[in-house]
Amino acid sequence: MSDLSTAIPPAPAKRRAAPLLAMLWRDKLAFVSAIVLIVIVLFALLGPALLSDLATSQNLRGRNSPPFDLARGWAFVLGGDSLGRPMLARLIVAARSTMLVAAGTVLAAMAVGAVLGLLAGYLGKHVSQAIMRLADVIMSFPSLLIAVIVLYVLGPSIPNMILVLAITRIPIYLRTTRAEVLEVRQRMFVQAAVVMGASNGRIILRHILPVVAPTLVTIATLDFAFVMLAESSLSFLGIGIQPPDITWGLMVAQGRPYLTTAWWLAFWPGLLIVITTLSLNLLSNWMRVALDPSQRWRLEARSTKDE
Amino acid sequence: MSNALLEVRNLSVDFHTARGTVHAVRDVSWSINRGETLAVLGESGSGKSVSASAVMNILDIPPAQIIAGEIYFEGQNLLAMSNEQRRAINGKRIAMIFQDPLSHLNPVYPVGWQIAEMMTAHGRPMSEARARTLDLLNRVGIPEPHNAVGKYPHQFSGGQRQRLMIAMALALKPDILIADEPTTALDVTIQADVLALLKQLQAETGMGLVLITHDLGVVAEIADRVVVMSQGQIVEQGSVRDVYHAPQHAYTQKLIGSAPGKGQIKTLEPDLPLLLEAKALCKTYGRFTALKDVSLTLARGQSLAVVGESGSGKSTLARAILRLETADSGAAFWKGQDLLAMSPSALLGVRRQIQMVFQDPTQSLNPRMSVYQLISEGWDIHRLMPDRNQRQMRVRELLEQVGLSAEHASRYPHQFSGGQRQRIAIARALALEPELIICDEAVSALDVSIQAQVIALLDDLRERLGISFLFIAHDLGVVRDFADTVIVMKAGEIVERGPTEQIFSAPSHPYTQRLLAAALDPDPDVQAQRRLLATAQA
Amino acid sequence: MTKLISQRAIASLLSLLGLLVLVFFLSRLTGDPAALFLPIDASEEMKAQFRALNGLDLPLLEQFGRYVWDFLHLDFGQSLRKARPAIEVVLEAYAWTLPLALITMTLVVIASIVLGALAAFNVGGFFDRLVSIVSLVAASAPDFWIAIVAIVIFAINLSWLPTSGVGTPWHWILPIAVLFIRPFGLIVQVVRGSMLGALSAPYVKTARAKGVRNLPIIFVHTLRNAMLPVITVIGDQAAAMLNGAVIVETIFGFPGIGKLMIDSILQRDFNVVLAAIMVTAIAIFLMNILIDIAYGLLDPRIRH
Repeated sequence: MSDLSTAIPPAPAKRRAAPLLAMLWRDKLAFVSAIVLIVIVLFALLGPALLSDLATSQNLRGRNSPPFDLARGWAFVLGGDSLGRPMLARLIVAARSTMLVAAGTVLAAMAVGAVLGLLAGYLGKHVSQAIMRLADVIMSFPSLLIAVIVLYVLGPSIPNMILVLAITRIPIYLRTTRAEVLEVRQRMFVQAAVVMGASNGRIILRHILPVVAPTLVTIATLDFAFVMLAESSLSFLGIGIQPPDITWGLMVAQGRPYLTTAWWLAFWPGLLIVITTLSLNLLSNWMRVALDPSQRWRLEARSTKDE
Repeated sequence: MSNALLEVRNLSVDFHTARGTVHAVRDVSWSINRGETLAVLGESGSGKSVSASAVMNILDIPPAQIIAGEIYFEGQNLLAMSNEQRRAINGKRIAMIFQDPLSHLNPVYPVGWQIAEMMTAHGRPMSEARARTLDLLNRVGIPEPHNAVGKYPHQFSGGQRQRLMIAMALALKPDILIADEPTTALDVTIQADVLALLKQLQAETGMGLVLITHDLGVVAEIADRVVVMSQGQIVEQGSVRDVYHAPQHAYTQKLIGSAPGKGQIKTLEPDLPLLLEAKALCKTYGRFTALKDVSLTLARGQSLAVVGESGSGKSTLARAILRLETADSGAAFWKGQDLLAMSPSALLGVRRQIQMVFQDPTQSLNPRMSVYQLISEGWDIHRLMPDRNQRQMRVRELLEQVGLSAEHASRYPHQFSGGQRQRIAIARALALEPELIICDEAVSALDVSIQAQVIALLDDLRERLGISFLFIAHDLGVVRDFADTVIVMKAGEIVERGPTEQIFSAPSHPYTQRLLAAALDPDPDVQAQRRLLATAQA
Repeated sequence: MTKLISQRAIASLLSLLGLLVLVFFLSRLTGDPAALFLPIDASEEMKAQFRALNGLDLPLLEQFGRYVWDFLHLDFGQSLRKARPAIEVVLEAYAWTLPLALITMTLVVIASIVLGALAAFNVGGFFDRLVSIVSLVAASAPDFWIAIVAIVIFAINLSWLPTSGVGTPWHWILPIAVLFIRPFGLIVQVVRGSMLGALSAPYVKTARAKGVRNLPIIFVHTLRNAMLPVITVIGDQAAAMLNGAVIVETIFGFPGIGKLMIDSILQRDFNVVLAAIMVTAIAIFLMNILIDIAYGLLDPRIRH
């Protein structure tokens, strides 16, 4: 019994992707965020191949050279580090490990969490309880501390970082998926499919996953920012990524002894972290509304006013 | 200028929504005096609540916008007053109660405090408010008022919560009470009690009552005058008897014509082969008994109605037969095979033969699937009709069979109205060519005029295709029009069963009698007669 | 209510037990415990001696029994670095972290509820946008970087505040300020969202129809309902405050549990690490119970 159904003409059918892009274009903040993120992903993909020689070439005369000075070429526009390597090139190269750890973690945590969540939501009480208790153990403890301890025992490396961070993030996806599955399962259209004889697999893939997926993507975007911060914190503390690998968090740590003499060593990588996480947050906020059919009218409403 | 106590004059309100501006009400005028009862009658989307919300200053602005009009209370235009002046009138002079008391009461405060707040908000001392709260609870029939004041809304039943709302609204003896669908979510017997209470209280205090409703029966029972609204406009107004017996506007005529419970009563043809038999089904949830020794038989071509109020176990019965719930004990035989002990593969075969239509089509259709996908899903599941062209043909046929057209196949559920959606759900059920369709309150979420159309459609399918129906409903009028046999359930048990004719003309069980007596007839004269009869008996 | 809390307590206790098992297996099965517990340059002889002394040559099950027994007595052995019982060292550090976390959390809760509620009431307005932007930036900023930038500005350039240590109240300002930022950013967003939801709830309509004034509608009718989801987030953030404490204490040389943990790890003082984990787990366990009680007090539907 939708209240205004008699009064409102049905909207014409639209193609899927195009209106989503149009909505993104209308929300300027979200649009800029998306562009920033694409640029950073390009850094991560292409940067090391193009710039790794430049980023590792030491130049003693360029040690701690100040930023905004183009005398040494464009690579030194953000200054040079304590070994005279150009900051800009190093920042671009460092995007790779930073993104690699965050993306690896988020993908692994989301895949494992979603599968376990579907199982916990769909299987019997005992399996569900066991999975949830395990998640509680992980959740009840500050994630950074777990990572610190496990990395201490296992030794710091990129795969270990991904493993540890993924484990601390799995419960987020698990709980969300399970909660949504339990809710969606009770919805009438799932019951209708059961009555028609649909198998569990069909119900999960055709009816439940499409409803849960947008939520997961939204959370993953937000979580990407969280994981980036966790990785940089660990690297900053010296128990994360180790040289010669390089991430933004590690660069902040390396710049710390030079705070009084060369502030830019620690400033630029930190600023990049802020810009990236902020973009992820903004994009996630936008997605939360855009991917939810019951919320989407907020964005569409704005668009009708614009037109 | 009239002398009415409250007068809405030429009110127009727009809603600015995502899909453009909706004219919620246009040029609406009505008035009411003390002692009068005015009903505002309309279906969903008719804008019947908008003018009352404007009176109470509770329209959400934006998206709503008052375009034109005035609202006079004691000759003063409310719309020209300050918020503070209107606040002083709200609750004290004009009070309001709502459809869903559970969500309209604050969940985290005791009800006694919430009722007392009505008085303290208008400057009465707390001690006086407390004492009066106890009186009020007593008056509206809440047991043990001293205990009840400390309880929270979720600890009361639906009917009690509406009584609490009424107690709150009447705390300051307002001149006008606006009741927005006050009994819609309640069972018929409780609805009768609440309406009776409202009438008594009106007689005691002499207040004017504005009743917003979609239910002709409620209008017939309680109102003096009626305003009929359709698509934001008043199409007709007058005394309840005049409007019912001589409706002028085509819309009113249609509305009155589609009120259920007036058609030819069907009789069951004898000697039909047995299709479904349930034996001694039991189901409990913790301490709550949902089903107790429920047995029934259903023959091919029969339409069996299961009637009961909320909590009677009627839906659980359907769900147990369909194995959406596991019965604790008992058996259900489908053409002689025990459904409850069936292997998964055998069950899959039976699932083709039994289909279900749910209450709310908005929820029973996956919003992300097109009509074509929705209807053809059953063929995917049962690996039928692999040929795509054949499928498209059949989908088109089915859509036409339920009164939709072929081009609807590519659309999505949100592009249809409530009645159309239920037609899609019926087409989906028909796609597997079932022998039995279980309807769980399949028409109770629909407006009366659409309800009548859907019932006619189901009836037609039964006659042409020989499909049997298990029809679960709480609305006696609809049941009377559709079923040939009726089962009455109460608290998980069957209290009476028999041919529809017999149940409606000579009910034997006191509960069935009470249920029938509480059901409201849309004819005000019939209702007046019943009231006379009831007072004579008492 | 008591039933609910005891249920939750049992669940938390199970979590604690799970953690106990996890730490045991992590420390025993992923390599040579002697290598974990002893300095890197320890000789084979020392390691053998250590194994015998700590029962590491016993069967695994017996080791686990002793480990649980010791835990129940809060006996985590000696700190190698400080030559004192590890538990003493840990509790001493907590005596610094607890006030730091409490003060910060109190400020966070007050600031985010007031600002979040006002933003929600003024939705779409200038103040709402300001709060939204500030909270987003706050939730996005890495605390270690904020700390460093703050040191450069306030301690080095302006010389207003000390960079590290705990001598005077001035020493507390920067750690509290940095620790404040992230939880504030996260909680204020939740408060705003929750308030928005509550303000459009039907019971607010009822209150307006009753003629209740605006202030009681916001602070009596709405805020208490809106606090329910906020409480959960406050609990999560209070636990996550230890994440921040690790960073902030390390940077500002604040002798709390976070710094102790990092120092112990870098100097391989495993007994202290173990004690710190377990005490932290117990602290979080107690806090979860407090959160549950607060929830029950606010929401009668849970109480009954």
